[in-house]
Amino acid sequence: MLTSLWSGKTLPVIVVSTILVVFWYVGSIYLNGDMQRDAFANANKTDYTLSEFIKGTWTQERPKLPAPDQILSELYKTVIDTAPTSKRSLVFHGYVTLSATLFGFLIGSVLGMILAILVVHVKSLDKSLMPWVVASQTIPIIALAPMIIVIMNQFDITGLVPKSIIAAYLSFFPVTVGMVKGLRSPDPLQLDLMRSYWASRVQIFFKLRIPASVPFLFASLKVGVAASLVGTVVAELTKSEDGGFGARLLAGSYYGQTIQIWSALFAASACAWALVTLVGILDRLVTKAMGAR
Amino acid sequence: MASSRVIDIADLSLTFETNDGPVHALSKVSLGVEKGDFISLIGPSGCGKTTLLRVIADLEHPTGGSISIHGMTPEEARLKRTYGYVFQAPALYPWRTIGKNISLPLEIMGYSKDERAGRVRKGLDLVNLTGFENKFPWQLSGGMQQRASIARALSFDPELLLMDEPFGALDEIVRDKLNEQLLRLWEKTQKTVVFVTHSIPEAVFLSTKIVVMSPRPGKIHDIIGCNFPRDRTLDIRETPEFLDVANRVRQGLREGHSYVD
Repeated sequence: MLTSLWSGKTLPVIVVSTILVVFWYVGSIYLNGDMQRDAFANANKTDYTLSEFIKGTWTQERPKLPAPDQILSELYKTVIDTAPTSKRSLVFHGYVTLSATLFGFLIGSVLGMILAILVVHVKSLDKSLMPWVVASQTIPIIALAPMIIVIMNQFDITGLVPKSIIAAYLSFFPVTVGMVKGLRSPDPLQLDLMRSYWASRVQIFFKLRIPASVPFLFASLKVGVAASLVGTVVAELTKSEDGGFGARLLAGSYYGQTIQIWSALFAASACAWALVTLVGILDRLVTKAMGAR
Repeated sequence: MASSRVIDIADLSLTFETNDGPVHALSKVSLGVEKGDFISLIGPSGCGKTTLLRVIADLEHPTGGSISIHGMTPEEARLKRTYGYVFQAPALYPWRTIGKNISLPLEIMGYSKDERAGRVRKGLDLVNLTGFENKFPWQLSGGMQQRASIARALSFDPELLLMDEPFGALDEIVRDKLNEQLLRLWEKTQKTVVFVTHSIPEAVFLSTKIVVMSPRPGKIHDIIGCNFPRDRTLDIRETPEFLDVANRVRQGLREGHSYVD
C-alpha cells in the first residue's frame, strides 16, 4: 500500500509540501523572534511561556516572514470576502494583471513567430537579426520597463498597452528561439522527399516546417506565458496607478505590509501556474490531433 | 529500341570536395536502363550506389559525363514528376495518418480532393494496407510503414521507381515477404525500378539486371543479366540457376574489393 503510494505522485507531493510548510513555520519563529522579544519587553512582560512566544511570532501584524496561515487568511479575505470591484480585492488586481499579460503574450507570440519565420527563410537575417534578439534579453527588464512606459506616455499611449509591450518584450524571445529550432527540425530525408516532388518553398513551409515546429512552439509558449506575467508585474511596479499584482506588491512594501506582499506573490504565482497549465492542455489537444502517442 | 530507354548514363562522374581533399564518389559510370527493367545496384558501403540513385533523382549533381531520363535532364524529369523515391527509412510524416501520408505528393502536385481519395484507396490496396488509412505511422510495424512509403511513391503513378535499400532496416522474414510483394507489384504496374541493396539474394531474386559496383572510386565493376520468369516465388532461391547467378555476383563483389585489402 505504502510502496504503491510512493511510486505514485500523491504521497511524494504531500511529503515535500509538508516539509516545506514545517520549515516555513520554524523560519517564522526564527525571523520574527527578535521583534516578538521586543514586543514583550515593551509591554514589560517577562514571564511569557514558550508557547506564548511561538504563537506571538506567528500572529504579528507586520512580520518579517508571515506564517502560511496568515497568508492564507489574507488571501481568503482579499479574494473571497472582498467585492471584486474594490481596489482591495485581489480579484480586481488579478484581472488587471491578467488582461495585460494575455494581451502582451498575444503580441509577443505573434511577433516571436514572425521573427522565427524570417530568420529561418532569409539567410542574412539569421546573421543580422538573431544577435539583436539575444541582446534584447540581456538588458534587465526592471531597468528598461520605466523607460518604455515614459516613452510611451510621451506618445499618449497609456493604460494596458505599455504594460503589454513589456510583457511581449519578455515573451517573444522563447517563442522565437523555440520556433526557429522547430522550423529547422525536419531531417534531410523529410526534406529530400519534398524535393523529389518538386515542392515549392511555400509548400515545404506549410506541409513540413510548420507541423514539425508545433511541439517546439508549445514548449516555448509555456515559458513565454509565464515570462509575460513577470513582465506585466514588473511594469506595474512603475505604472502602479492602474492596480495589478505589481501595484499591490509596491504598496505593500511602502507600508511594510509583508502579509499583503506575500499574498500578492501567491496570487501571481497561482495565475502563472494556471496560464502554463492552460497552454499545456492546449498543447496536449493539438499534439493528440497530430498523432502524438 | 532507343525509344524504350528510360535512363541513359554515360561517363558519369561525381566528386565531392571535402576538407580532406576530393572524394570520387562516382567515376566514369555508364549504364542504360530499359523500360520495365528491374535494376539492382549492389556493392559495399562507399561504392556510390546511393549517390548514383540520388543523381538519377536530381538530389545530387554530377561533376562530369551525361545523364538523361526519357531524354530529359534529371532536373526536368524531377519537374515532370517522372519518378517516385523510396528512402532507407519510411520517412512518413508522424503528424499525418497513413492515408494523408500517401496523399502528400498528390496535395503538392495539385490533384483534386476526389482524385486524391481514389488514389489513396488504390495505393493502400496495392500494398495491402486497406483499413489502416486513419492510423498514425507509429501504430504500424516497420514493414507496414515501408509499404506505406512505397504506396506514397507510387500514388502519382510515376513511370520510374527509385528505391534506396528500402528493406535494409527490416528483419529477414519481413524482408522476404516484402521482396515477394514488391515483385508482384512490379509485375502488376509494369514500372521501371532502380533498386539499391547490399543483399545478394535480394538482388538476384528481384532483378532483371544486377549492377555490381566497387568503391574508391565508385564505379561499375560488372553488369549481370538475370532473367528468371516474372511469376517466380521465393522457392527459386534453391535452384542451381539462382545459386549460379548469386555466385557470379559474389565473385564480382570480391574482385571489386581485392585491390583495397
